[in-house]
Amino acid sequence: MSGYLAGLLAVLAINIIVAYSVFVPAAAGLLNLGAAGFVLVGAYGAGAMTALFGLPLWLAIILGALLAGAVAFLISFPILRTRGIYMVLATFAFAEVVAGVLLNIPALGGAAGLSVMAYAGLPVVVPVALAVVVFVAWLMSTRFGLSVRAIHDDESVAHLFGVNLRSTQVAAMTIGGAIGGIGGALLVHQFNFIDVQSTGVLFSIYVLLYVLMGGTQTVWGPLFGALFFTLAPEGLRKLSELDPALKFLEGSRYMAFGVAVVLLMMWRPQGVVTRTLIERLAGSRKADATASGTAA
Amino acid sequence: MQLLQQIINGLMLGGILAFVAVAFTLTIGMLNFLNFTIPALFMIAGMVTWALSSTGSHLFAWGWHWVWAACAGIGIAILASLLIERFTYRYMKARFGDATEHALPLVSSLGFLIVFEHLAMSLWGGDPQRFELPFKDSNLRIGGLVIGIPHLTSLCLAIALVALLHWLLTRTRIGRALRAIAENPDAATLMGVEVQRIVPVVFVIAGALSALAGILYAASYGTVTPFMGDAIATDAIAGMVLGGLGNIWGAIAGGLLVGLVKVLAISTFGAGVEKIPVWGLLLLILILRPSGLFGHTKIGKGKF
Repeated sequence: MSGYLAGLLAVLAINIIVAYSVFVPAAAGLLNLGAAGFVLVGAYGAGAMTALFGLPLWLAIILGALLAGAVAFLISFPILRTRGIYMVLATFAFAEVVAGVLLNIPALGGAAGLSVMAYAGLPVVVPVALAVVVFVAWLMSTRFGLSVRAIHDDESVAHLFGVNLRSTQVAAMTIGGAIGGIGGALLVHQFNFIDVQSTGVLFSIYVLLYVLMGGTQTVWGPLFGALFFTLAPEGLRKLSELDPALKFLEGSRYMAFGVAVVLLMMWRPQGVVTRTLIERLAGSRKADATASGTAA
Repeated sequence: MQLLQQIINGLMLGGILAFVAVAFTLTIGMLNFLNFTIPALFMIAGMVTWALSSTGSHLFAWGWHWVWAACAGIGIAILASLLIERFTYRYMKARFGDATEHALPLVSSLGFLIVFEHLAMSLWGGDPQRFELPFKDSNLRIGGLVIGIPHLTSLCLAIALVALLHWLLTRTRIGRALRAIAENPDAATLMGVEVQRIVPVVFVIAGALSALAGILYAASYGTVTPFMGDAIATDAIAGMVLGGLGNIWGAIAGGLLVGLVKVLAISTFGAGVEKIPVWGLLLLILILRPSGLFGHTKIGKGKF
């Protein structure tokens, strides 16, 4: 496998993991514009374990996930006091605070970033990404997953039917945070480096867009979103190298991403992958069935 | 003296932040829409003004007089803002009956942010460009204090424009219609307010405010880049929340406060520390007093 392909695959795997970290709370109706916060906690936590304390990689990844999960658990109580736009802003502010704190810890490299020696590589990154997908798919098929979906569709009805809103949402935030921590731990050990700048506001925005474009109704939404929006720009870049006449594609691929976001919001506001689409593909629903199920 | 100079610098940065914060707070207050394209409008105005007024090898280097270039920059930003209105608020309203109940306008505006920033980058490249001022010395010197004229202009202009906006909202027919829409769009429609014709006014005002701020920022700091709006907008959002969502005077106060805290934190503790007080304070306020420091509003409490 060429170095280019290996690098692309690693980025893809990490994007998928981070997309699922945003998906779990989003499936419970909680928009998280602070994915970078949890990723940074996991990355710096795990990076410090291997670089400063010399722990083995697998242990560092687990500890990074636990640390990010713990932070998510603690921050979820105050954040869940807020609603709507305030929640978007609170998660956003949380990520900025994390970045601000990390920037001022000299032991972790400060503004220069943290370099680590331990290297993850594809044999670690890809199986972990697969495990995350399988875990979330399993999670959403349990009673917990059903509660999460119920809260997403209608909070008050879910509450009436005996779903404990607070604990389900805290759990969703915590699980999402821990998955983000795994993504961060892999990120730092794949590139042997992490800094606050490269994992900033834009990172959080892109990840949230992957998830919303893919769709939050089913577990396959974020997988599709991360796959498509990681591979399509690369495809455009490859295409631009074929012919000088296609050179403009190189610079316009991010513009294409933005246009795709706007158009998708118009045509498929629930994301590309919806419950109805899955049912149709599986043949359990006729093509002429009304799409009333998607208008959540 | 040193401290006084830092306070002045903070208020000058705060003047620009206040501008952008007012643009944010207006769209949230009136339409319950967190418009993430505002940093792009800020950048478009700054970059267009730079491109048209300077001479060189870049695209549109027409060497216009800076007044015309600035007008063109503001005009293009307003057009872009109306384009955003067409594809976010109006579209969602037409399709779902209520644009405010969905996260869709928010997400679409993120899409537009990416489109505009990368459009500017493919036109003019990603490197910072030098924004030449038409004046020789743009600083006022009083005693030992240095005050930038563009900064001072932006602070005075921000306060004057918000006074005008306040008058518009409280004393005119359009203002009454806008406040009715903010209160309840459906009831406003029933009362004869032409929502589809009034809503673009919000986007024109927000676009013009962001654009003016972008040009003043470029004039104050002497550089433009395709991503110049991002950092300013995040600070302006902080200022908006401090002032209370939808409160235009609060946005002015919040913007000034954030500028002050930022500059004082940097001058006291060094660069990089300013994120903690600004965003920590913001997180606390969001959690403890979501209506901001000044007054109370009931905006943004719905699902989206």
